[in-house]
Amino acid sequence: MIQFILKRLIQSLVTLTFLATATFFLLRLAPGGPFDEEKVWPAEIQANINAKYGLDKPLYKQFFSWANDAAHGDLRESFHYIGTPVSEIISDAVKPSLQLGALALLISLSLGLSLGVLSAWKRGTIWDFSSMFIAIAGITLPSYLIATLLVLLFSNYWNLLPPALWEDKASMVLPVITLSMRPLAIIARMTRTTLLEILHSDYIRTAYSKGLSDSTVLFKHALKNALIPVITLLGPIAASLITGSYVVETVFQIPGLGQYFITSVVNRDYPLVMGMTLMFGIILIICNLLVDLAYSWIDPRIKSEAKN
Amino acid sequence: MLNSKLLKNKRFIFSILILGILCIFAIGAPFFAPFDYDAVSVGPNLSPPIKGFIMGTDVLGRDLYSRILYGARLSLAVGFCTAIFALVMGTVTGAIAGYYGGKWDKILMSIVDIFYILPMLLLAILFTLLFGRGFLGIFLAIGATTWVTQARLVRALVMQAREQPYVEAGRAIGLTHTKIIFKHILPNLMGPMIVSLTFQIPNNILTESFLSFVGLGLQPPYSSWGTLANEGFRGIQSYPHLMLFPGLALFITMLAFHFLGDALRDVLDPKSSLGSSIGS
Repeated sequence: MIQFILKRLIQSLVTLTFLATATFFLLRLAPGGPFDEEKVWPAEIQANINAKYGLDKPLYKQFFSWANDAAHGDLRESFHYIGTPVSEIISDAVKPSLQLGALALLISLSLGLSLGVLSAWKRGTIWDFSSMFIAIAGITLPSYLIATLLVLLFSNYWNLLPPALWEDKASMVLPVITLSMRPLAIIARMTRTTLLEILHSDYIRTAYSKGLSDSTVLFKHALKNALIPVITLLGPIAASLITGSYVVETVFQIPGLGQYFITSVVNRDYPLVMGMTLMFGIILIICNLLVDLAYSWIDPRIKSEAKN
Repeated sequence: MLNSKLLKNKRFIFSILILGILCIFAIGAPFFAPFDYDAVSVGPNLSPPIKGFIMGTDVLGRDLYSRILYGARLSLAVGFCTAIFALVMGTVTGAIAGYYGGKWDKILMSIVDIFYILPMLLLAILFTLLFGRGFLGIFLAIGATTWVTQARLVRALVMQAREQPYVEAGRAIGLTHTKIIFKHILPNLMGPMIVSLTFQIPNNILTESFLSFVGLGLQPPYSSWGTLANEGFRGIQSYPHLMLFPGLALFITMLAFHFLGDALRDVLDPKSSLGSSIGS
């Protein structure tokens, strides 16, 4: 197991290096610079600014010096929020995104699994159709439309919840609902499909013929195997939920990772973009690693394959 | 046999009808739309739906119904073009990687992996910065981020197909590798590829509308559904119709593509693990 984790760690470092290199050079391809303004600076001032931030050196030298700093844990200071370290901005922005993402993940996983199990178990009944109706709405409704409808209903007409901003617990409700709709729908559909397949398999018939009760067969025998495809989905879902949804953060005015990422690219805030990209990469890698570990916990046969 | 199976499928008929009507309206937009999409002051400003303006008007007195019809052109065109681009790019890459394996597989798949981990938003912003926020920028932005999924799918399918007896037979009678890939393996994989294309199109339409909604996509005077929703979002509390109608148009399109994908999968790719549909 330790060997497996070590191997994955080395792989992840290689991936992160590629990610950082590609992002760094792609970012510099884009026209415009971090200190471009409406008013054109005199050439001497521009040269001074470039020299201060090391932008006058050749691109590859800039990259190696950045990479050296980053490898030592220094992500430098933001160009746009002058004097603020990138690590500070990220650790501030990560909090709301993490809270929202974790809550949304919890809700979509528990509700998605329940809806999926319910509709597979009560197949063809009104339960099945209403669960799958919710699932289809979650997949096909664009998230900004869900968000807008929620705001219109709960804030404008009924005055129950705040429409935006990040202040108290009540302001988390609508963003969390919006964020969980799509993953909930995907999980519910996947659970239903796999569970239906499993309920027709031989070992379930054997379990019934042994005289086991419905609930024992469902929860002890069928569900555990139905979880494997769902867990595969969880990796990317968790990563995208935690790194923040740009749309949800824009609509609800939440100062999270998603918002900062957009503005940092638009501002050409090179150090902040690089820091954010590394952060996203690390979160994605951690989520995928957790998923792989969860596999071997649920299905011990996968463990041996992972080792090879 | 396939056709008769499809024609009996209610979801297939339903979705094809909706999409057909949508395409007719999109292509014939100048004919069906009462006004031009950027003709200002054709009616009262910010009117809710009234007679003559069935979806109301926006802040400049433009007819929302006409704008949505022209928007359908943009949204559908972006969806189709990017999906086909992703299909071609992904199929060629995936087929070469999956068929030849070894060194080719390693090189191509590491390129795919890099695209896979690059944040989609970063790529999208970069492409729109490099090529402008017109059709080309958006097309490349979405195309570049979606072809990798297709490449992975095709690679996995080709790797399975490579071991089949018909490929071995092809090799035994001396066919070239190119011929085996393009004349024998790929035609056999048509089913899953068509299904994934049907799911890719609505995803790309949605992505375009997301990008336009957060202000990174097509810009006015273009009026894709995402751009319209973005414009409507600013006045959502007082003039909800400006956001709800474009959203509704998008929702109906998504729903139709979704049912189409489900129906096609049931018929063309019954063994797929992508998840089956309701009522099946």
